[in-house]
Amino acid sequence: MNRAALAIALLLLATLPFWIGNSFYVNVATQMLIYAIFALGLNVLVGYAGLVTLGHAALFGVAAYAGATLINSGHGHIIVAIGACLATLAVAAIFAVLALRGTGLGFVMITVALGQIAWGIAYRWISLTNGDNGVSINARPAPFGLSLESAPALYWATLVVFLVAVVAMAIFVASPFGASLRGARDQPRRMTALGYNVWLIRFLAFLFSGFWSGVAGLLYLYYNQFVSPQTVALSASAEALLMVIAGGTGTLLGPIAGAILVIVMKDIASAYIERWNFVLGAIFVLIVVFMPEGLVPGVVRLCRRVIAARRPRAPMPVLGEESGE
Amino acid sequence: MNVRLDRRAFLASSAAAATLPMPAIAQNKPIRIGLLTVKTGPLAQGGIQMEQGVTLFLKDRNNKIAGRPVELLIGDTGGNPAGTKTKAQELIERDQVDMIFGPLAAFELLAITDYVAAHKTPILSLAAAEDMSQRKPNPYFVRASGTSAQNMQPLADYAAKELKYKSVITISEDFAYGYEQMGGFQRVFEGAGGHVVKKLWPPLVTPDYTPYLAQLSGVDAVVQGFAGSNPLKFMKQYADAGVKLPVLGGGTAGDDALLKSFGDEAIGMISASAYTSDLDSPMNQHFVEGMVRDYGSTPGLYAAGLYINGLVAEAALEKLGGNTDDKDAVIKALRAVSLTDSPRGPFHFDHFGNVVGTVYIRRLERKTGKLVQTTIKSYPNTSQFWTFEEKWFLEQPVYSRDYPPLKS
Repeated sequence: MNRAALAIALLLLATLPFWIGNSFYVNVATQMLIYAIFALGLNVLVGYAGLVTLGHAALFGVAAYAGATLINSGHGHIIVAIGACLATLAVAAIFAVLALRGTGLGFVMITVALGQIAWGIAYRWISLTNGDNGVSINARPAPFGLSLESAPALYWATLVVFLVAVVAMAIFVASPFGASLRGARDQPRRMTALGYNVWLIRFLAFLFSGFWSGVAGLLYLYYNQFVSPQTVALSASAEALLMVIAGGTGTLLGPIAGAILVIVMKDIASAYIERWNFVLGAIFVLIVVFMPEGLVPGVVRLCRRVIAARRPRAPMPVLGEESGE
Repeated sequence: MNVRLDRRAFLASSAAAATLPMPAIAQNKPIRIGLLTVKTGPLAQGGIQMEQGVTLFLKDRNNKIAGRPVELLIGDTGGNPAGTKTKAQELIERDQVDMIFGPLAAFELLAITDYVAAHKTPILSLAAAEDMSQRKPNPYFVRASGTSAQNMQPLADYAAKELKYKSVITISEDFAYGYEQMGGFQRVFEGAGGHVVKKLWPPLVTPDYTPYLAQLSGVDAVVQGFAGSNPLKFMKQYADAGVKLPVLGGGTAGDDALLKSFGDEAIGMISASAYTSDLDSPMNQHFVEGMVRDYGSTPGLYAAGLYINGLVAEAALEKLGGNTDDKDAVIKALRAVSLTDSPRGPFHFDHFGNVVGTVYIRRLERKTGKLVQTTIKSYPNTSQFWTFEEKWFLEQPVYSRDYPPLKS
């Protein structure tokens, strides 16, 4: 049953450009995938490591700026991809070393500060970033000779990266390292007593998270062919964090659902509702009130309750415990 | 026009019509105009005025241009580049608009310029980024409002030649629009023998100008280039700090839409703008009356800019008989528009699609209890290149934070 659902979902995703109609919606789907990758990366820190960050847009932006700079200096797609990822990892490592000196609020505040530094550089180091006029690239690169210029082509390329990201996340969560990360989140002292290096576990998680944020940032650049300081602003970090929290932290599907929700509101609903960010805010409030654990775990819990109510004689299952914190 | 059809030709053409998108004969199909504006966030004030301007224009025309009904599709960019891109895609790919009005801010325009050019969609923007009609032109771009420096160059001329100022300090927000305005002022002012002593750049969002106000002394005047609601805040604090130097300003700094919010502190400010609400022309009087009637306020740059965009589109489409199928013909017609009467007076376009028109030097005064702008000099046929030779101008770098450099 689950396998069938997965196969149908994959089939629908792969054929999306054929049935969705207009290329505008293909582009919206591409954006959903890009932000889903970003949110999945962020979720490693927020959900599995229990470290809330408000500076991840900086990593997203570093990859985009690095990619744009490399493309504009005439490099091929492989160097662009590797260079952007390396730049992101380097910046993520610096961020991690500085931010992991604290946890909780201290960690959040340091990430805010670091994010603002990145924004300041994007805004003021004009010779490198062109200031608030931003950097544009003339054309999308063509990896291995495949042109990404058309909307479906970029969609499929993004879909492949997205699926790799999902599989990587699934493996990561199930791996001993994923278990130790959750251990470090829930019982850091006990983990230390057991001989785990909690700092190193968190550091590696930060790099892993930063890496996927960078991948999303590079795809964002390919998609928009433009990057400007707004990309690394605090509000961009907050938006990504909202995607993760709204969808459900520490779940695989949660960040994806959160990304879809935000993009639907921002790109589609905004055409019909003038006060769309008010509606988005109201949705967030409703999620917090009725599903504090997030959209995906909350819906799962409600579905189970409905099923349980329909079969009154069946023994009551334990409700929605496994994904909550 | 009478067209005779025999049965075979009729069948052939209806078969073609069934398989192809409707051809040009569908004159009752509406002209679709996309408006990229900002309705949420800090830029929303200007964005809403843009919408008012175009709405008033369409109301004046009973929603018809060149015999065809007009459908206005509005996209809220949220004032950020990625949002602008998405909304541009929505307008171009999903709604298949014939042309786009907007967007407001330079970074929004820069984010979509390549995209709209690739889709050959004419775009009539207010964003003032110099290079859009200079070093990185877009062949589908038309700008009836002007570049950042287009008002400042005549203002500098006026300051040096008429006001006989010898030295000034400039102050403007720390972003490209500020740099470009002050770069243009500096080049012309220094060319006329003046001296720009200091250029100050407070951040775009700052609650307090005190540290900057303390530096304003020892010169003949202060030139401010603020935008949005910042001119209100700046002038208030300027007066409160007791600075007595005369103030010169650009188009957004003395925008007529701000008149209702300014107080006595702004009296005497001299500003240069492509639009002035006191212009004595039939079209402008009609426009101001309409804005006061419908929205209860004196219009400024943004509303006027969009009303003028409507006039430009109308003039071009009338020349084409309402036919918008050939986008290259549309852009050619748009750029060939030359109007003798508009809310900003007479104007035409240069070969980059940027406006050549009058720039008005105005003094802010109180007349019969109301704050008004009084035009004291006009510079007709002002080009983005001012009096410089185009080739020389384009060889220089674009105006920036450090260019032209200060002379010590």
